[in-house]
Amino acid sequence: MVELVSIFLNSVFAGNILLAYFLGMCSFVAVSKNIDTAIGLGFAVVFVLTVTTPVNWLIFHGLLAPGALAWAGLPEVDLSFLKLIVFISVIAAMVQAIEMIIDRFSAALYAGLGIFLPLIAVNCAILGGSLFMVEREMSFIESVVYGFGSGVGWLLAITAMAAARIKLRYADLPSGLEGFGITMIVTGLMAMAFMLFSGITM
Amino acid sequence: MKLTRTKAFKTFADPAWYDNPINMQMLGICSALAVTVQLKTAFVMTLAMTFVVSMSGLIISLMRRIIPGNIRIIVELAVIASLVILADEFLKAYFYDISKLLSVFVGLIITNCIILGRAEGFALSNPPHLALIDGLGNGVGYGSVLLSVAFIRELFGSGSIFGFSVIPESAYAAGYEDMGIMMLAPAAFIIIGLMAWVQKYLANSRKS
Repeated sequence: MVELVSIFLNSVFAGNILLAYFLGMCSFVAVSKNIDTAIGLGFAVVFVLTVTTPVNWLIFHGLLAPGALAWAGLPEVDLSFLKLIVFISVIAAMVQAIEMIIDRFSAALYAGLGIFLPLIAVNCAILGGSLFMVEREMSFIESVVYGFGSGVGWLLAITAMAAARIKLRYADLPSGLEGFGITMIVTGLMAMAFMLFSGITM
Repeated sequence: MKLTRTKAFKTFADPAWYDNPINMQMLGICSALAVTVQLKTAFVMTLAMTFVVSMSGLIISLMRRIIPGNIRIIVELAVIASLVILADEFLKAYFYDISKLLSVFVGLIITNCIILGRAEGFALSNPPHLALIDGLGNGVGYGSVLLSVAFIRELFGSGSIFGFSVIPESAYAAGYEDMGIMMLAPAAFIIIGLMAWVQKYLANSRKS
């Protein structure tokens, strides 16, 4: 239990998928202009990461990992090189399925998240979550916690950034720094603040 | 006709400098920054990225008349993902140490917005040789930013260039210290922000 809590805290703060591993920058820069859309996209990322990371865990350990096909009489087959193409297809398919399910069962949620879901299929944070899950050799339950924690970390970062950019609108910046430049510098300062959490151990 | 006036040169130079993919289009920074702690990893990443973006441009441009419009994104992703797998397996086979350092970031080239953006925006509507050159130009532009960030971070962070120490021992003896912050994530954000500032300032002053 303690390990799960520490995986969660690490993926939200010190190992924040955006601020420490630079994943999901494209949509972070593009969408943080408006706080409502930022929060909407953030929740969509939490949702998709929590679903796709465990699903990719099941597929990787059931079909692709070395020796995973032993039940089919092929114990020495190693398909792990296919993980990139399989993961990206699973993510695209899951996003599509989630969009349809939400559309069918909750019109309110669809109105809030629906437009962001297609954007997410190519968000590197989602693929990165699955690849880190493989690289760090997590168990199934750890992959659920890690997926959720990474999503929450991303949500926190983009919400904080959107809030900072509202204030930045009234700042008198030197020529050329406005827009992308200042966004990156503020992100850097935010990343520094998040790093302080790395001293906390469970 | 001067070399700098030809269409092929413009196709190369536009993405390599004028519309540099990182600073001007703000795309593809995802995987760019995590590998810039050392010049070596940044250099290998540049090669992998240039290979994928130019070859995917060439292949998609060759197939542009037979790809049905409504499934083109899936076709493009399949081409890109196959090329990334090739690059990843090649690195694992011949440069195992570097592929360990690059960890998941070679795989993340798939979701790099530059590549899909060039496939969508250029390769689908241009002949193969221009698509290949456009890919090379984008690779060079991407690489130049990546390598400049890596140069600053490695020089100030560990006092070396491509792994060779360049700060003399006497400087350390006199009290010089490497900046630990350069090795950490925040430095990359701040350096890229300052570089975007310089480039945009130059672009603004050229206009006026």
